[in-house]
Amino acid sequence: MKLQEYTVSKHNFEECMKCTVCTAYCPVLQVNPLYPGPKQAGPDGERLRLKDPYFFNYALKYCLNCKRCEVACPSGVNVADLIQAARIKYDHSKPKLRDTILASTDFMGTVARPVAPIVNGVTKLGITKSAMDALLRIDRQRTFPSYSPRSFESWLKRRDKEQAVFQEQVAYFHGCYVNYNYPQLGKDLVKVLNALGVGVQLLEKEKCCGIAMITNGMSEQASKNARHNMAALRKAVVDKGLRVVTTSSSCTLTMREEYPNLLGVDNADVKDSLLMATRFIFEKLEKGATLKFKAGFHKKIAYHVPCHMEKMGWGVFSEKLLRMIPGVEFTLLDSACCGIAGTYGFKKENYAASQAIGAALFDQIKTVNPDVVACDCETCKWQIEMSTGYTVMNPISILAEAIEIE
Amino acid sequence: MKFDTVIIGGGLAGLVAGISLQREGRGTAIVSTGQNALHFFSGTFESLTEAPQRMTDLFGEAGIRLHYRPGVRLMPMGTFRESALSLEDVDLFPSPEFARKVLIVNFMGYHDFFSSFLAEGLEKQGMQCRIRLINLPEMDKLEQSPSEMRSVQIARTMDRIWEKVVQEVRVLLKDEDAVLLPQVFGLQDTAVPGRIRQGIPARVVFAGTLPPSVPGIRTQMLLKRRYEVLGGTYLMGDEALNAHVHEGVVHSIVTKNLDNHYLEADHFILASGGFFSKGLRSNPFNITEPVFGLDVEYNQDRNAWYDKAFSADQPYMQYGVKTDETLHGLSDGKPFKNLYAIGSILGGTRPELGSGAGLAVRSAFAAADVILSEAKNLE
Ligand SMILES: Cc1cc2nc3c(=O)[nH]c(=O)nc-3n(C[C@H](O)[C@H](O)[C@H](O)COP(=O)(O)OP(=O)(O)OC[C@H]3O[C@@H](n4cnc5c(N)ncnc54)[C@H](O)[C@@H]3O)c2cc1C
Ligand code: SF4
Ligand code: SF4
Repeated sequence: MKLQEYTVSKHNFEECMKCTVCTAYCPVLQVNPLYPGPKQAGPDGERLRLKDPYFFNYALKYCLNCKRCEVACPSGVNVADLIQAARIKYDHSKPKLRDTILASTDFMGTVARPVAPIVNGVTKLGITKSAMDALLRIDRQRTFPSYSPRSFESWLKRRDKEQAVFQEQVAYFHGCYVNYNYPQLGKDLVKVLNALGVGVQLLEKEKCCGIAMITNGMSEQASKNARHNMAALRKAVVDKGLRVVTTSSSCTLTMREEYPNLLGVDNADVKDSLLMATRFIFEKLEKGATLKFKAGFHKKIAYHVPCHMEKMGWGVFSEKLLRMIPGVEFTLLDSACCGIAGTYGFKKENYAASQAIGAALFDQIKTVNPDVVACDCETCKWQIEMSTGYTVMNPISILAEAIEIE
Repeated sequence: MKFDTVIIGGGLAGLVAGISLQREGRGTAIVSTGQNALHFFSGTFESLTEAPQRMTDLFGEAGIRLHYRPGVRLMPMGTFRESALSLEDVDLFPSPEFARKVLIVNFMGYHDFFSSFLAEGLEKQGMQCRIRLINLPEMDKLEQSPSEMRSVQIARTMDRIWEKVVQEVRVLLKDEDAVLLPQVFGLQDTAVPGRIRQGIPARVVFAGTLPPSVPGIRTQMLLKRRYEVLGGTYLMGDEALNAHVHEGVVHSIVTKNLDNHYLEADHFILASGGFFSKGLRSNPFNITEPVFGLDVEYNQDRNAWYDKAFSADQPYMQYGVKTDETLHGLSDGKPFKNLYAIGSILGGTRPELGSGAGLAVRSAFAAADVILSEAKNLE
């Protein structure tokens, strides 16, 4: 009897009581009849797969890994982890060239950045889009994020002396997006943290968190990156006693949760020090730090909580920070997936489903008609901007715009 | 983070308490491990014999209309149960014989609606029944995967194509004076059940399906939205692990997602549900309340916890946490000064508050009133 009481099954799968609640919240199940849904793909399927791997269903690849099933499950079953772990364990098919390209954000960034103007021009060309559509099955209706000619890393490196002046220091895991596509977000973070008296340093060489590799069947490469990043994080956290902040909810979730749960890379010694910058800033303000805001600032903001932020349960920090800014008119959008899920929506076979999933969110944004949509995820940004025409900003960038620098 | 009141559990009890407090300007947060018993809610408040004005107001402001008419309601298996108050789209009849002839309509391939049991039950009451299936091309997609033929998936489609159902039913209808349809309408668009009733020239009755319950999920969504519009902070998917308590006063709780960031408050409400929701936990030896370690009322003899007859009233359903008259939770017999227990975590131990959904609503109001009677500290 004691055994049964103290045994915890992997990903909590034996806790499932078959209540079907998760099926009501899976965005894919609503639009794709080929997908068996979280209950079947997760705990139900796991029982069969444990008997015989023959029961592995390739349709599991349609899972977005949005984790909404886990957030809804009243029994604490890690449904999405079960599904992703099954894909890692049983799906040995080689990833397609297209998937490898989409997943290699790091590599692509390094190659594309020096020739950014050319790459940006080329990916915007109709003929390139047609070619990518035909050859690689990357949907032609997608807008590719553009590459920045100068990386964030090189920008910050040139400022390391002025950052070192601050007594309090944090390290910043910027991620591929800030480094290659949108250094401005990193600059905004530095501006806000400096205003709080905190200097920003880079990690000793970070790599892509690996999220896109996990979902694209490249878990070995993902584990390699995980081990590399853990070493870099340890240097900052354990050796230097720093906290590490981030501006992307998906990178953060990946490093905090997916490393130990899916890739088997332990992070217990650094996990508590790895925070979204909005949480870090909120906690500083709560302890008495102050920011000076511009007089006459006004913005109507609709905040979308990205799926992975919802899973971490930290949307509240971004929300409270935005509400704190004088002159902000705030609306919390209904919790829903935008449909892009990283590289998922870029694939031709997923394009229609991706747009159908996001439809309710896009409609609500149009009804609210904000000046700007706030969101902590870069791929949601592409999706919402492309689908609604509204500008999407990271809460950190909004904060940077609202503060007065003496 | 500091609030006036932190509520643990975001089901019916937690949401009603949260809305009542937000409405009076108290800043609250709700922490909820996951979704809740509303997903199985049939849509009637059997234990309430009247319709308290403040309840109809609170639901009305959230966009949920209630319907008061003492009588009986139809159960999913064709039996009837006494009830006086329900969601607007759940019918209440003065007596079980609500029609002469009934047309029961189901969708092809949908197995979570028990048409033949319903027919049997209605025929016992002297009503004649005819069962018909309809097949809409829009539902072919759903049929490809059996896990999709569930109430919620169908309801999503029905929000768009309900007019076709009306047309089909009108064609099938002969001399029946009532039509029975599965409860799969009005998930997002709450006007749909009413429009269907208008469109069909017979009395339209929506009967329960297997879970998830469409009217229940709709109720959950609307109450949550109302709570958030009033400025409440709903932390979905987070779990209260334990509390910091000093001399009978709760100062803060620790949650799974916020780890070392504690939720502080002047008042705490425990609305974490029964065994189903893990508000109460049992193991082969005892029954506990995991967050505060409140005293639990239960029989020490484990064999007395259950009745072997599956459908009998199970004794464990009566078990719940102990409180004083004003719902303060007890630990070793002594009340916490600022902790209230509401909803199904009370078990059947407070019969004066009713049972099930009625208990959730009434105890939520009662706890909110005690909190509101105390001065507000926090702006
Ligand atoms: C299958 C079923 C059918 C029912 N049908 C009817 C009916 O027809 N009529 C009727 O009147 N009543 C019915 N009821 C009863 C009624 O629905 C419930 O009593 C009522 O909804 C309970 O509400 P609650 O808020 O107390 O608890 P719940 O709805 O159980 O909510 C509790 C919430 O707390 C969360 N939670 C638990 N522990 C923690 C923690 N440590 N930290 C954070 N969150 C936590 C849970 O995840 C859950 O979301 C039914 C109940 C069930 C289970
Ligand atoms: S995984 Fe969770 S939500 Fe889904 S059926 Fe099992 S217990 Fe219910
Ligand atoms: S992670 Fe998202 S897409 Fe995958 S099963 Fe869960 S809810 Fe569905």
